[in-house]
Amino acid sequence: MALLFSKTHEWVNMIDDTTATIGISDYAQNELGGLVFVNLPEEGDDIVMGDAFADVESVKAVSDIYSPVTGTVAEINEELLDAPEMINDAPYDAWFVKVENITETEELMTEEEYKAFCEAEQA
Amino acid sequence: MGSYVPNTLKEREEMLREAGYSSFEDMFSCIPDEVKLKEPLNLPSGMSEMEVARKMEELADKNTVFKSIFRGAGAYDHFIPAIVNSVISKEEFLTAYTPYQAEISQGILQSIFEFQTMICELTGMDVANASHYDGATAAAETIPMCVDRKHKTAYVSAAAHPGVVKVMQTYCFGSNTKLVVIPSKDGLTDMDALKEALDNDPEAACFYLQQPNFYGNFEDAEAFGELVHAHGAKFVMGVNPIALAIMKTPRECGADIAVGDGQPLGMPISYGGPYVGFMATTSAMMRKLPGRIVGETKDDDGNRAYVLTLQAREQHIRREKASSNICSNQDLCALTASIYMAAMGAEGMAEAARQSMSKAHYLREGLKEAGYYPVFHKDFFNEFVTKCPVDDEKLMDALANAGILGGLPIADGSILWCVTEKNTKEDMDKLISIAKAVLGKGGLSYESNI
Amino acid sequence: MNLIFEIGKEGRGLSLLPKCDVPETSLPENMKRQTKLHLPELSENEISRHYTKLAQRTHGVNNGFYPLGSCTMKYNPKVNEYAASLKGFTRLHPLQEEKYAQGALEVMQMTENSLSEILGMDAFTLQPAAGAHGEFTGLLLIKSYHTDRGDTRRTKIIVPDSAHGTNPASAAMCGYEVVSIPSAEDGCVDLDALRDAVGEDTAGLMLTNPNTVGLFDKNILEITKIVHEAGGLCYYDGANLNAVMGQARPGDMGFDCVHVNLHKTFSTPHGGGGPGSGPVGCKAFLADFLPGARVTGTPEEGLRFEAAPKSMGLVKEFYGNFLVVVKALSYILTLGKEGIPEASANAVLNANYMRVKLSEKYEMAYDTTCMHEFVMDLAELKHRTGVSALDVAKGLLDYGIHPPTMYFPLIVHEALMVEPCETEPREVMDEAVNALLELYDMAEKDPEYLHGAPHKAVIGRPDELGAARNPVVRYTFED
Repeated sequence: MALLFSKTHEWVNMIDDTTATIGISDYAQNELGGLVFVNLPEEGDDIVMGDAFADVESVKAVSDIYSPVTGTVAEINEELLDAPEMINDAPYDAWFVKVENITETEELMTEEEYKAFCEAEQA
Repeated sequence: MGSYVPNTLKEREEMLREAGYSSFEDMFSCIPDEVKLKEPLNLPSGMSEMEVARKMEELADKNTVFKSIFRGAGAYDHFIPAIVNSVISKEEFLTAYTPYQAEISQGILQSIFEFQTMICELTGMDVANASHYDGATAAAETIPMCVDRKHKTAYVSAAAHPGVVKVMQTYCFGSNTKLVVIPSKDGLTDMDALKEALDNDPEAACFYLQQPNFYGNFEDAEAFGELVHAHGAKFVMGVNPIALAIMKTPRECGADIAVGDGQPLGMPISYGGPYVGFMATTSAMMRKLPGRIVGETKDDDGNRAYVLTLQAREQHIRREKASSNICSNQDLCALTASIYMAAMGAEGMAEAARQSMSKAHYLREGLKEAGYYPVFHKDFFNEFVTKCPVDDEKLMDALANAGILGGLPIADGSILWCVTEKNTKEDMDKLISIAKAVLGKGGLSYESNI
Repeated sequence: MNLIFEIGKEGRGLSLLPKCDVPETSLPENMKRQTKLHLPELSENEISRHYTKLAQRTHGVNNGFYPLGSCTMKYNPKVNEYAASLKGFTRLHPLQEEKYAQGALEVMQMTENSLSEILGMDAFTLQPAAGAHGEFTGLLLIKSYHTDRGDTRRTKIIVPDSAHGTNPASAAMCGYEVVSIPSAEDGCVDLDALRDAVGEDTAGLMLTNPNTVGLFDKNILEITKIVHEAGGLCYYDGANLNAVMGQARPGDMGFDCVHVNLHKTFSTPHGGGGPGSGPVGCKAFLADFLPGARVTGTPEEGLRFEAAPKSMGLVKEFYGNFLVVVKALSYILTLGKEGIPEASANAVLNANYMRVKLSEKYEMAYDTTCMHEFVMDLAELKHRTGVSALDVAKGLLDYGIHPPTMYFPLIVHEALMVEPCETEPREVMDEAVNALLELYDMAEKDPEYLHGAPHKAVIGRPDELGAARNPVVRYTFED
């Protein structure tokens, strides 16, 4: 399954039409630096496209993570709570939440489009 | 007189010119004229150091310093070892700022790490912060640690210190949190009332119990803990740090958070401050702790090093999403407490606790024999309440004339007494005989209920 | 070095308490502590040496220059310490009858009156223990005022994006939604953004003036007018009062309430993080809501406490950090009406003197007359050499100088904020300027050297990432 990307640097892995896992991109984890903690929503929470649903802490900063979809949190990745470094080490394995009942998805980029987007942002 | 500015008038003129200004007025042209002060401040002229010292001495002399103090209620006159003052007067500790630059602040950072460890030891909890303003604000700040979308109401015992309850109420007015005061009965928190309240509230967040409570009585803390946990809420205990040397720890009572005022640990009573709040919790709630936390780590060469850690919880990073706004705390008072605990040691603190308790029991017996009957008949630590069959002002004045600050008159004409290891048998016997004499002279008629 | 738990031996200790002179009463069995209490077992000599070592590993104002922006690390006069050590203050029980504490009430009244005059306010409470605690109290005054009038729509507090983090955090603790407004190009409040932000839901504005980039906002009267016209109140964050005391007053700028930091402007020591004291002042129409005990009466006829009629309650036990107030009063008496403006004028002079000298190489975030502090922007240096504000700050440690505040305000990305204070001799500032200029050259010549700084401190740069990922926050005993 190919990953899709948002302009706010989250990745989305659509498992089926209404279910997906969400994480943050390699570019994002690199910009954020070493992460020390992640605050996740609770199972059953409704999350809304464009709104923050989690945040990640580095030593000297905290950054919101925005949801590219509207839906319900079916599962959270509890491993990240104890080992946030997984986000730095393997960002595409380190999913934050699994969302179901997705009713809305923002316009997402393919990996290639996202690469170009990041290059443009860096310049 | 003088403003501690070292540079001479000539130097100031030179500096003004070098900075590109013709005068101070020229430099201050960046302040709009409309808001500039046109007249000097309406204050007295400055004074020489000798005059200031004399003026402050005069003010201090207008206060009555009692030779022996039998009043507590949140400010306890315990013995302070001489080493405490000597160490906290060291200018490095006194004049440093918050240790943001770890490399030149290892001393302060390590002292905080040691303080955190000692507070964890006293309370039995896993993690403590670097300090809070006082016990009351620490208590109030436990509420946001426990409130979330599913847990909204906070509960506090009416047998907690009234000041603590009031501070909690003020904080809850701010955060729009519902705070319910659970009444007390016969000098103890009414457990049935709490049970009933919790049974009817699926959204209870936390319950605060003071141990020993405001009247000095021991609560059945473990039973409260079980009750609170059975209702899915957090159990918060306010504790006396001296008593903890001999008493069951908050951890042993099942507390999720322990707070208290560290004043008894080496701080003079000082008309109410500065004291120090302490706050400790479980590993599970560590990230909800407000305030600074020092952690141990290593430097590039593998040397042991200390840093402020978990900073992303705090206001300077999380801003409006931070659970607390605390920035300055009471570090020098935390250092005071650490030195006190190091000097006393576990045995010394236990001895202070045992003596305070034993002497309080001696005084209560003596007062009873003198006609001042106990109001409650519970196990207690070093504070207790008696009836006052005479006008309390008359009693307090008679004691004051003998250099004694008597207990605190509280509601219904009763008195809250406090005894520490500093109060000698001789002082207590004197107190008892004065109290007896006052009663003999003009006591109201009273009936014993014993 | 060793922790205090790693020195000493079992059985060592001090001889502090006499034998108990009454029969012993022991704790009921079920109340007794079960867990062993580990505390140090040391002789007095060992304690003394341990803390001497810790002191040697600590840099205070009395060790050297401490130009930490926004913290006003001025010299802490000794006569203040003397005053606060008097038995008439330290041996005073807070619940002692008023007639036995007239001197303490007089200290409080004199301090409240002096602060009212210096700030242009009508009343003060000394209860808040720190600046952030003062902000909280001031915002509760605003909340009490709107609530008392039945005006419940006002749910928002406006805070500029350059504000200290405590401002938005305090607003949130008071149940307010925070509206952050961007700063204008010149670092001051963007009037259009402010006009757009205010409305019927505005409870108030929190503003630091001079602001956090060290500039006096020239539109200050217009700013407070815009907020007042929308029905909001204006809160003055007194963090930077040292620049303007005796020169201009928040009360005359249109502010309704204010906090001051006695541990900054009024020379009380910071103690490695506190205790501070953050008294809150207000205009008469807010005085009824003030927390705690208010001192009334005259020293001649007797002073007494009275609660304000619509008091918000208590923000702290008793009367605040009383001994800190004693120190501040001693300072105010020393300076008097002449010394107060002299102190602020020289604080501003020293800052501008250093600013101009450093402009030789460093880029200023705002290249204009500053107040008591200024912000350097090292973005260009970092871009060119890779040396960051952090690197320069760490380099300064090797000169025995405490670095300026780093990375604040957030609107300047590679910020170093310098606040020399009025109590520094010219030659100390000259040395610091030379050190910073040398570091600038070093950044160009040998950036690696600065990446590795400090080189002379007792430790190198600590691993903060490791500390936060695997928190070790207490010593663990073997048994």
